[in-house]
Amino acid sequence: MDNDARTILAIGTKKGLWLAESTDRENWNLTGPHFANLEVPSVAIDTRDGKTRILAGVNDWHWGPTVVYSDDAGATWSEPEQGAIKFPADTDTALARIWHLRPDTAERPGVVWAGCEPISVFKSTDSGENFELNRGLWDHPHRSEWGAGFGGAAVHSIVPNAVDENVVHAAMSTGGVYRSTDGGNSWEPRNKGIKADFFPEPFPEFGQCVHHITADAENPDRLYAQNHGGVYRSDDSGDEWNSIADGLPAEFGFVFLSHPRTGGSVWTIPLKGAEERNPVGGRLSVFHSTDAGDTWNEQHAGLPDADWNAVLRDAAAVDDHPGSVGVYFGTRGGEVFASNDEGAHFVTVAQRLPDVLSVRAAQVNGAGK
Amino acid sequence: MTDITVEVPSVLASTLEGQRSLQVPLPEDGTVGGILDALGEKYPLFGRRVRDERGEVRRFVNVFVGPDNIRTLDGLGSPVREGQSVLIMQSVAGG
Repeated sequence: MDNDARTILAIGTKKGLWLAESTDRENWNLTGPHFANLEVPSVAIDTRDGKTRILAGVNDWHWGPTVVYSDDAGATWSEPEQGAIKFPADTDTALARIWHLRPDTAERPGVVWAGCEPISVFKSTDSGENFELNRGLWDHPHRSEWGAGFGGAAVHSIVPNAVDENVVHAAMSTGGVYRSTDGGNSWEPRNKGIKADFFPEPFPEFGQCVHHITADAENPDRLYAQNHGGVYRSDDSGDEWNSIADGLPAEFGFVFLSHPRTGGSVWTIPLKGAEERNPVGGRLSVFHSTDAGDTWNEQHAGLPDADWNAVLRDAAAVDDHPGSVGVYFGTRGGEVFASNDEGAHFVTVAQRLPDVLSVRAAQVNGAGK
Repeated sequence: MTDITVEVPSVLASTLEGQRSLQVPLPEDGTVGGILDALGEKYPLFGRRVRDERGEVRRFVNVFVGPDNIRTLDGLGSPVREGQSVLIMQSVAGG
């Protein structure tokens, strides 16, 4: 391992952004808050092209949402003067919140996706300094039938296909999973098999409250979805979904993570039902599968036996460590946990922060800030 | 030409080259919207803080002409007359 290698952990909360750094992922140095009192629902750490850029979607309840970035590990921040994400005038729409920031693959440097409220996808080709509205999804004929989940109406997951750049999946609450096979010009719903038990017809073409989607590390046509009620896998790019909830203590949850290199290795954090939305019996655990969700193993070492706080969809992440991948998450109670051994044990990075909304981690090289 | 005084909270000063009080020429249309248009053109970040992409004053931002909130007047079309000042403040919303 590079002696200078360290891991940066970005923690977006209801009232500010914290950054943590570690060289062993056991002992962490926490700094912050950056953007004190501002909501940070989305963060990303872009390490492509040998650079490290931290992006944050910051929401100021008075002065509006914006994208900021730092190229020096948080020592200084920049904000495009004209605004990185804004709706074109003809839409007569104002950006409400940036829910998701997603750098594309290493083969597409500069490309960053954003999922936003109201329901929309934006794409940047200059590392997040300027984004363009995806018109295909914005003008979609289903738009008037999409709804709002409890947190608002937004695209919260964007999964660009690792092999075919024309294929992109986006998920929204509520509306479900949509797929484009022409680079985002057009989108089709892909929800067959995903339950929407809050409708009279529980398996509609669209309208599902999918909470998060991600792709398998080795098979880009294999997708995973943590739904409002149900956990699913698709082996055909979303054409059909099948339950992989057997072995989990609950079907509800927000988080779903996939290993960056090893196919079939995935994690979720089940929560008890839509009515309670907290760890089952108060026991906060991560569940790991190494066979694409066919079986699950509880990971609880280092985690509390009594914790009644949910983990939200973007408040969990894996890093890209070349040895043992790290697993990270934060709770609405303001605790942040890190594992440097793929979830086998966790350490506490932070306690009593504001509600954790977004977490991302990445290994970087070179001197600290 | 008549100048109007525009005052902003400290949190917006960085978007106006550090100024919290500016003298702004009264625009031809003599409205709050005209004043904000001119300021937004010169200071885009300030413009984005106060108004959204549609040009509307953000929900938790208040703009006063003298003692009156423009929401109780004619909104961005509210007239500003010689001797009056425009005050921009954040609301008390929050928790």
